[in-house]
Amino acid sequence: MGLGLIATRALQRSSRIFRNPNGGSTYFLRTIVSTQELNNADAATAAVQPDLPKRDPVGGARIHFPNPDDAIEVFVDGYPVKIPKGMTVLQACEVAGVDIPRFCYHNRLSIAGNCRMCLVEVEKSPKPVASCAMPALPGMKIKTDTPIAKKAREGVMEFLLMNHPLDCPICDQGGECDLQDQSMAFGSDRGRFTEMKRSVVDKNLGPLVKTVMTRCIQCTRCVRFASEVAGVEDLGMLGRGSGEEIGTYVEKLMTSELSGNVIDICPVGALTSKPFAFKARNWELKGTESIDVTDAVGSNIRIDSRGPEVMRVVPRLNEDINEEWISDKTRFFYDGLKRQRLNDPMIRGADGRFKAVSWRDALAIVAEVMHQIKPEEIVGVAGKLSDAESMMALKDLLNKMGSNNIFCEGNGMLPNADLRSGYIMNTSISGLEKADAFLLVGTQPRVEAAMVNARIHKKVKATNAKVGYVGPAADFNYDHQHLGTDPQTLVEIAEGRHPFSSALKNAKNPVIIVGAGVFNREDKDAVFAAVDTIAKNNNVVRPDWNGLNVLLLNAAQAAALDLGLVPESDKCTDSAKFVYLMGADDVNLDNLPDDAFVVYQGHHGDRGVYRANVILPASAFTEKEGIYENTEGCAQITLPAVPTVGDARDDWKIIRALSEVAGVGLPYDSLGAIRSRIRTVAPNLLEVDERQPATFSTSLRPEVSQKVSSTPFTPAVENFYMTDAITRASKIMAQCSALLKK
Amino acid sequence: MVLQAKLYKRAKSILAMYPANFQSGAIMPLLDLAQRQHGGWLPLNAMNYVADYIKVPRMRVYEVATFYTMYIRQPVGKYHMQVCTTTPCMLRGADDVFKKVKELCTDPKLFTVSEVECLGACVNAPMIQVNDDYYEDLTMEDVENLIEDLKAGRKPKAGPSTKSGRFCCEPAGGLTSLTEPPKEAGFGSTQDGNDEKMLG
Repeated sequence: MGLGLIATRALQRSSRIFRNPNGGSTYFLRTIVSTQELNNADAATAAVQPDLPKRDPVGGARIHFPNPDDAIEVFVDGYPVKIPKGMTVLQACEVAGVDIPRFCYHNRLSIAGNCRMCLVEVEKSPKPVASCAMPALPGMKIKTDTPIAKKAREGVMEFLLMNHPLDCPICDQGGECDLQDQSMAFGSDRGRFTEMKRSVVDKNLGPLVKTVMTRCIQCTRCVRFASEVAGVEDLGMLGRGSGEEIGTYVEKLMTSELSGNVIDICPVGALTSKPFAFKARNWELKGTESIDVTDAVGSNIRIDSRGPEVMRVVPRLNEDINEEWISDKTRFFYDGLKRQRLNDPMIRGADGRFKAVSWRDALAIVAEVMHQIKPEEIVGVAGKLSDAESMMALKDLLNKMGSNNIFCEGNGMLPNADLRSGYIMNTSISGLEKADAFLLVGTQPRVEAAMVNARIHKKVKATNAKVGYVGPAADFNYDHQHLGTDPQTLVEIAEGRHPFSSALKNAKNPVIIVGAGVFNREDKDAVFAAVDTIAKNNNVVRPDWNGLNVLLLNAAQAAALDLGLVPESDKCTDSAKFVYLMGADDVNLDNLPDDAFVVYQGHHGDRGVYRANVILPASAFTEKEGIYENTEGCAQITLPAVPTVGDARDDWKIIRALSEVAGVGLPYDSLGAIRSRIRTVAPNLLEVDERQPATFSTSLRPEVSQKVSSTPFTPAVENFYMTDAITRASKIMAQCSALLKK
Repeated sequence: MVLQAKLYKRAKSILAMYPANFQSGAIMPLLDLAQRQHGGWLPLNAMNYVADYIKVPRMRVYEVATFYTMYIRQPVGKYHMQVCTTTPCMLRGADDVFKKVKELCTDPKLFTVSEVECLGACVNAPMIQVNDDYYEDLTMEDVENLIEDLKAGRKPKAGPSTKSGRFCCEPAGGLTSLTEPPKEAGFGSTQDGNDEKMLG
């Protein structure tokens, strides 16, 4: 069955290339030819038909002409296409709607040209040319469908398969393997190699990437990814000839927060996911397009599930946010969703142990207690994984109870939610690529937001943009200057006394990124005032450029501030008698009075549960629909991929039910209705997938008289792999922390 | 590992040949330098030293060192005996030479014997490369003498064996062409420096 399915898939894939969008019936099908036919020269002339209808670019590829004069015309299989100068033959073919088979070429990596799979025929060229490395020239006549091109592909494929173990049935890549698909579509049905195949010793790249190096076809995508995108020069191509292999030479783990992406870019099964090994076949999985919530970037992901279980997480393409990469935390936290889950509502008995109760009893007790407490002693805390809808509901509930003490963890006790530009990334993540100087204030993007760091790395690598960093000693994967550890350095830069001031001054598009860890500082207003001064002195905020950014840490932060989750008093937890923790595990409850009643609503038995009197089980983000706003102010939506566990319910539904029991019924009964309510508070949250820039600049911030202290900045994230309830419950993340944490 | 003072000077002058942004071009000559200092082989810390010295990632140096066969990554004896056994040498008895060399060079501190592919001295087959020198036109006796000399710490004259009577790679049986005395300078050129007349 497996092979048959593969064959169908391969055929589907190849026929997609040749489908004619304008008329369903006129199929222009290319059959897979055997060698004999290939040698028939007459086929060449027959294949070129001048007035075939135009084909659509592969994958909806769009072309952008930076300069209209630089447009050149080439002919692909007889079709004229206009492309900008400097494009390669392969790109020209894609624009013309012809998908060229390839292994080593990847549009986000440098060109290697070593797999030779992309050979095409070019008129007046004596040999087939490697289209990925050949620049298209005006008037070039490219033929992708001629016997020469087909024979070349068939030959290359035969060579590639020579040393490839044909172990597809036991290979995790089976079913989504480029080599498998392309050998079905372009390869011959037999090979002539009868010698022994070579074998290569497997490498240990750490707890995430499994290697079966015998399957490697030496495309060097992983080597190029490691050095160009991940910024770690750990992988290399060792040896020569048939002894050539990918490796680290000295025994070494791949210590990158993006290492999981080599699994995706590997066109064969040489690098596969270790936690996913032998767990499922890709055709058994149901993909759900969702959003990552383990950091504030909101990487686009696809959650692959089988039945009630999340099997793996893979990235989705989003040029504005995560391109096509995701961090290791995003990719591998998923086993945490199966551990330490809260299944049933529970009440802590007199003996200090939790006892499972029905929803009715749990809600009744919470409502009863809530009514016995003075409104100003009620505090609500939204956790770092909360979606906008449930935060809205929680705020409405508390307001109805008469309390206004609600905040989101990570935002500090008195966040400034008045100016949206004061807490989002105004440059936008993709906008960072236009910057030419960076000043990082109290932020270590590599651990706080790996995808943002990847953008900065990309920029620094491409243009040697200057990076200045103020904060504790940290790990960077690009050149940077460590300017200082405390805010006094900022004052020096603001006053132009620091050597880095000139770098900022000379920059055309300077960028300042302030870490969200600063929110928790006593002198945060002064720090932001100093940053504002630097911005003003260096022309960071202009009508055409806004380089003043805050890099948030958690998925809930931006939406919480948009919805106005700001407590009335910064000491509210010290006098609280009733605390409603909505998935809040990292909030500091040390000063909470001993007789306070704590309700923990969440999906994991994590830190928040230790102090809880009542537990209300909620669904995790993979099990519910919810709006999350990322650090650049782009609202995105998660979709339920798997059913929730036990008796858990969506966060907003629990709060809605509690409001009913408490006699203060909230006026919405559906997600649609709750979103209408959000529309009255923060309409930008409903513009899903569309980044909403802030309207007013931070120059409207009030004057501050506060002075910066000399307390050094502290790292906001201690352990990249374990930042929230789900990742702390994950075994894979625990392994990573043990092995890879520097 | 630290480069010796005189090699350090050499390393500086090698680096000076490359523009500031292409310092990685110096990987190969510097690796060679390090290998020479290390008695003919390249330990890991020498590669690391070279990488750190020219500030390229260590991996890039490992890649170069593993690609080229002249960088030797295992300890070798004082004399690295590379016996060519490719076809022309084989036809001239290289297999026996190789056997002999293996038989005589038993001290691993002094000798490392390896069988190699063509070293480009086919005209003077069979041949052995000892470190940087070629010993050509070998007979069994030559091989024995050579190894004896090496063992005794003498350095025999490199090139064709004296018994072969050859100076270099000229034909063994005397010249077959260019036998007449050389023509005077300017022979064959026209007054205006054009070669047309001669080409006919």
